[in-house]
Amino acid sequence: MNWMAWTLPTAIFFSTIGSIIVMMTVWEIRSPCIERKGFLPISTTRGDRLFIGLLSSAFIHLFTLGFTSLNIWLALIASVIWLISLMRWG
Amino acid sequence: MNKVQNNKAWLLVLPVFLLVAFSAIIPLMTVVNYSVQDIFDQNNAYFVGLEWYQEVMSVPRLQDSLARQFFYSGTVLLIEVPLGICVALMMPTRGWTASLSLIVLALPLLIPWNVVGTIWQIFARSDIGLLGYVINGIGIDYNYTNNSVDAWFTVLLMDVWHWTSLIALLCYSGLRAIPDAYYQAARIDRASSWAIFRYIQLPKLQGVLIIGVLLRFMDSFMIYTEPFVLTGGGPGNSTTFLSQTLTKMAIGQFDIGPAAAFSIIYFLIVLLVSWLFFTTITHLDKDKVKEQSHD
Repeated sequence: MNWMAWTLPTAIFFSTIGSIIVMMTVWEIRSPCIERKGFLPISTTRGDRLFIGLLSSAFIHLFTLGFTSLNIWLALIASVIWLISLMRWG
Repeated sequence: MNKVQNNKAWLLVLPVFLLVAFSAIIPLMTVVNYSVQDIFDQNNAYFVGLEWYQEVMSVPRLQDSLARQFFYSGTVLLIEVPLGICVALMMPTRGWTASLSLIVLALPLLIPWNVVGTIWQIFARSDIGLLGYVINGIGIDYNYTNNSVDAWFTVLLMDVWHWTSLIALLCYSGLRAIPDAYYQAARIDRASSWAIFRYIQLPKLQGVLIIGVLLRFMDSFMIYTEPFVLTGGGPGNSTTFLSQTLTKMAIGQFDIGPAAAFSIIYFLIVLLVSWLFFTTITHLDKDKVKEQSHD
């Protein structure tokens, strides 16, 4: 694995994403989700909301990094809150 | 309701998943790893956190090429989509002229990118190229190698020449798919040709147009070869688009860290735009199904 140039933070990042996907799969098998409409303009499934949440979190981080001088951990906290509320009410 | 759940078919997707993992997922993960390190050689890599991302977003060279890229893709779409629709509307519908125009339109699509670049590189030269010679001959000072406006004009003209046919062919097939009953109804109502276009043809073209816009956006957003051959990104940096900046950074200067950070940002932009298009397409289909079920 040396050629992949792993670092601890990226390993944590990818294992978090990986375990979220595994957990979503288990959740889906145990109780399949029904497409519904929340505050987003389109009706979404659980997986759609996860994708939207992760993609927008990436842009929240980029925006914080590029256009503000705020601490990046604030962006992470904001993203987690955003992701949870999107999953619940999106 | 007793629906049988059988998900075994998913196992058949496994080989594709392995291939994609090998060719896309694992390399992408490696790029993410590169983007947080300062790498000198295989044994000397230092963790720098998100420094490269910060740097990449504050360097004017990259901001400029990103802005240039959006302007280029936007202009390409604004010219090619209306032009493609016009060409499709004017094409003959039957007889040997229809076949002939289909073949003529398909020809530019068959030419490889670097050949297109070479054709225009010579065609637009002011000393030996017909186009450059004629433009200079009618009294307009034109030289794409040292005037950035001329360079932009040439690059855009080349793209319009190469890809308008794609939109035209898509629209042509979309127009042929409209049932004759619509036109008959329009004739009974004595609808003007503008009304026919606005209320019958354009709505019916919606599906093919979305696909055409998506294809043209993605193709023009990743354009590399044609401007590289035609202008080499010059004069100065005026026609250096994103992929060329990226290649210079990664292979020319071997700045793997910043190049990786930049390609992640590039990837996220492409992912966002493609997702927006995809969602629009699928939701249009869903709305149509709903409408039909209401009828």
